[in-house]
Amino acid sequence: MSGKNRTPPSPILELRNVSKIYNRGGIPNRAVDGVSLKISAGETVALVGESGSGKTSVSRIALGLVRPDEGEVLLHGQSLLTMDKQTLRRKRLAMQPVFQDSGAAFNPRRTIQQILDQALDANPIQVADRYKRKVELLDSVRLSPGDDYLRRFPHELSGGQRQRLAIARAVAAGPELIVADEPLSGADVTIRGQVLNLLIDLQLSNQLGYLFVTHDIAIARAFAHRVVVMYKGRIVEEGPAEEVVGNPRHDYTKRLVASAFRFVDAA
Amino acid sequence: MQSSQALLDVEGLRVAFTSRGNRVVAVRGVSLSVNAGEAVAIVGESGSGKSTFARTLVGLLPAHSSKIEAGTIRFAGQTYRPEQFKTLRGGKIAMIFQDPLSYLNPIMQIGKQIAESVIRHDPAANPRDRVPQLLEQVRLPTAVAQSYPHELSGGMRQRVLIAIALGCKPRLLVADEPTTALDVTTQEEILDLINAIRRELDMALLLITHDLSVVAAVTERVNVMLRGEIIERGSTQDTLRTPQHLYTRGLIRAARGEKDERGRFITVDQTLIPVN
Repeated sequence: MSGKNRTPPSPILELRNVSKIYNRGGIPNRAVDGVSLKISAGETVALVGESGSGKTSVSRIALGLVRPDEGEVLLHGQSLLTMDKQTLRRKRLAMQPVFQDSGAAFNPRRTIQQILDQALDANPIQVADRYKRKVELLDSVRLSPGDDYLRRFPHELSGGQRQRLAIARAVAAGPELIVADEPLSGADVTIRGQVLNLLIDLQLSNQLGYLFVTHDIAIARAFAHRVVVMYKGRIVEEGPAEEVVGNPRHDYTKRLVASAFRFVDAA
Repeated sequence: MQSSQALLDVEGLRVAFTSRGNRVVAVRGVSLSVNAGEAVAIVGESGSGKSTFARTLVGLLPAHSSKIEAGTIRFAGQTYRPEQFKTLRGGKIAMIFQDPLSYLNPIMQIGKQIAESVIRHDPAANPRDRVPQLLEQVRLPTAVAQSYPHELSGGMRQRVLIAIALGCKPRLLVADEPTTALDVTTQEEILDLINAIRRELDMALLLITHDLSVVAAVTERVNVMLRGEIIERGSTQDTLRTPQHLYTRGLIRAARGEKDERGRFITVDQTLIPVN
């Protein structure tokens, strides 16, 4: 199992009553409206919602890439918002992103070796044997034998392999938390299983926390410990994954569940 | 096959691509039929050949790198050879795609783009009447005729593409992943719309998708494609309930997010599963 029943320790990251307001044609629009969220080591939180729900804005706030207009973002209890730029840049390495479109996430002119080197440069803990570490990283995401892949370019990989490289790069930077924004949405169902199993393994061996942004509530139930449902900038429902999906209360959650499990009912 | 009453009857279709001297057969002798007014799915993953099959039906393959090596289409009782497939496009078989934005002209108003399709297939038609009618049919306000593609949401653009397809008065609509790029709730709306229009116009539907929940929501029969071949076919309900082929079973379990006894997500290695 993915360690579903452990009690979470103190959070790695905490968002407290966070809001982000964008001006759309002069009219203020609360894209994120009073969102509070905690993610602990070894815990997976799925953030579910459709485009425009504010889930991607929340993930960018969690990464320290977007500054909220209201509220507080705490990394191990320390505010990200009051840090000077340099400290923030260093601290936010603890949160690493994995994006939806892994094709666009890499510099196409860099080899896999160079891509991993850059991430290892960023890691606060430097390893003695770099080459060995890179091969290990690639092996750990099943791009093996790792040394065969080092000289290749991202475009030589399939979509599923590229997504696994994105995960290897994130891990190389030595994060405590991985923020994955729709990492499976382009992927075939058969690749989905591989990527999810890989994430579970990495979580168990490194006690990683995951903020997993998705519109797929079926995957959220199967993969996450807790599910948070966002609708129009607000959290409308949250709780243990089985509970939220098994017994949805909010109308929007009900709709998501109904359409996701349509073919299960048909069978 | 129920050829006697089939609207579309594809027989032994074989399509190959050549790139840098390598020949890859994408569709390996596929036969498939769709009856008038019926909704049929082809489900498969990337590389299964499902989109190539769909594009072949309407003569939309890249001319230089592809070749229809074998196969005939019977449509409404008439037989077409590969070089004639493109004459089916529009008036007989219309197609919609995953990313409507790339199929719309960015600098032309929506109304004009719909009118183009109407006139091309029926020069006598009056677009002033037909365009608002078609917009109504896809449940869009008629004012959308004055909009440009970038001003519309993804769901609205897909409705426009459907309106353009309907402008040709096709008897069969081929929809290649029509809801994949859309939000779950918008997906639902588009699927409802396709279902409703199909009944209103007694139009048949061939739906190409990787998403079993979409198959379940819309279609009566399903064909499962793996590496260029149809490995299982049957009524949608029976196939989803009691899949016969190893691959179909794996696909269903994986799509449900099922785990094995060790708590691992089910994976299916497409390359290891024998077709037969």
